[in-house]
Amino acid sequence: MPDTIPGSLRAYLHGLPGVDEVGVRKRAADLATRSIKTTAKRAALDLAIRMVDLTTLEGADTPGKVRALAAKAMRPDPSDATAPPVAALCVYPDMVAVAAEALAGSGVGLASVATGFPSGRTSLEVKLADTAAAVAAGATEIDMVIDRGAFLAGDHGKVFDEITAVKERCGEAHLKVILETGELVTYDNVRRASWLAMHAGADFIKTSTGKVAPAATLPVTLIMLEAVRDYRAATGRQVGVKPAGGIRTAKDAIRYLVLVKEIAGDDWLDPAWFRLGASTLLNDLLMQRTKLSTGHYSGPDYYTID
Amino acid sequence: MADISPRIGVRKTYKLYVGGAFPRSESGRSYPVTSPAGDHLANAALASRKDVRDAVVAARKAFPGWSGRTAYNRGQILYRIAEMMEGRRAQFAEEVAAAEGVSAARAQALVSAAVDRWVYYAGWADKIGQVLGGANPVSGPYFNLSEPEPTGVVGVFAPAGSPLLGLVSVLAPVITSGNTAVLVADERAPLPAVTLAEALATSDLPGGVANILTGRLAELAPPLAGHADVNALDLAGAGGLAAELEALAATTLKRVLRPGADDWNDADPGLSRIRPFLETKTVWHPIGR
Repeated sequence: MPDTIPGSLRAYLHGLPGVDEVGVRKRAADLATRSIKTTAKRAALDLAIRMVDLTTLEGADTPGKVRALAAKAMRPDPSDATAPPVAALCVYPDMVAVAAEALAGSGVGLASVATGFPSGRTSLEVKLADTAAAVAAGATEIDMVIDRGAFLAGDHGKVFDEITAVKERCGEAHLKVILETGELVTYDNVRRASWLAMHAGADFIKTSTGKVAPAATLPVTLIMLEAVRDYRAATGRQVGVKPAGGIRTAKDAIRYLVLVKEIAGDDWLDPAWFRLGASTLLNDLLMQRTKLSTGHYSGPDYYTID
Repeated sequence: MADISPRIGVRKTYKLYVGGAFPRSESGRSYPVTSPAGDHLANAALASRKDVRDAVVAARKAFPGWSGRTAYNRGQILYRIAEMMEGRRAQFAEEVAAAEGVSAARAQALVSAAVDRWVYYAGWADKIGQVLGGANPVSGPYFNLSEPEPTGVVGVFAPAGSPLLGLVSVLAPVITSGNTAVLVADERAPLPAVTLAEALATSDLPGGVANILTGRLAELAPPLAGHADVNALDLAGAGGLAAELEALAATTLKRVLRPGADDWNDADPGLSRIRPFLETKTVWHPIGR
């Protein structure tokens, strides 16, 4: 259910405190230097694997590729049964049926992008139909994009109403709202869009589509983690965060986990509340995991090419 | 007017050569390098196992591009390395004399031999296929062709005691066929290797094809030999570690060239160091319509 915001939405969002840009960059950079080793590293790698939304969002996606990726999502490292499955598989709406069949009974979630991903430049009717089709085909999570044009034009009400309408169509499925922070220009806008999405009923706020550079960055994720922390303190409802795009190495992933722990807190260190949207990241996590167990560096020859 | 003081010397910082760049060691460490007589020459970067990993990543990244070039073009680039070395002959001669403790004339001769070694292997680049490949007679309606292909990323341990000529003699044959290399320089005399890296960097050799690390052999060799993304090892300078490194290499079935009684002054080593780092691809092609 969307919250009721007293007064005008615009006045509310612009009443949020401004972001100290230099301070945020510095804090993110400081936290990125933290050293995570041995047993802590092992736990972090396994947690990161469990948080991965294994993603394939290409025009060239085929049913075969989706099935292959589904197999990988359920059993990331065929040579090591202790490697946990990932959180979810993320595909385009037309691939949901294929993925649902492949993942049936595995416990791995099935996310579908919707609402005219990645640009979102379609009518509300099309967006709602897109969402309903994905849910009907078996998606348990919907990743919607906001209308950045409307947001930047100051039409916050339109963005709010779209999220509310899509949330209604999701039914049981969780709704992740993609802010596409690379197009929002300022950190203040990231904070406003985060609060807007949460008030409109988002279960997750997600940084990017992965189709726009810059995609996920540490400072942007830090601002969104602050937003979900403050939102829970204000309303009692917990919202998740999903950085996506550009996270390619295990080192990057661990930096995000440090950020989650320090900014939002331990409650968010769980695949139910924090996800990493990525495609190539999983192989690096598995290679680092293998390095810890065998003692020597592994190589890409030993993992699937996605 | 006050006396003008003599100009302050511009000292060189000897760093690593990884991915076409000259980084310091990730660990921030360095170690003193001395001449055989015990005089301090300079500090060299003391690479760590993470530098090994970074170098392997750089070499792997460079492999498709380098192996995909025409053999003729690789030969041209190796010849260009010889040109660049020739242009810095005085510097190489000085460093070789200091590192090996030999006379100026002997150092000049060693530099000449090293430059000639590049020219020699530049010539081999587009002749390997003719010598090691060919059409095989088979009993069936097929063309059957064998073609040598580079093995991949090769870990090279440069021989001790021949910091320039020996190093070139093991590096050049590895890269001429299209492999990329992670080379660990002679621990006691790494300075000529770093200066060679400067010649490599200015000679059209793509970054990452040759990566040069300086530091302790005992620290760098095991992670390199055990790395699953390294396809072959040249143990020329592995010394007493050779057996241990061979065992590590066996875990991922690497090709290994054992250290032998090598004479770096041999001007015509032939295919002896090229062939060990090649794979043979055989193609069957039907004849007829």
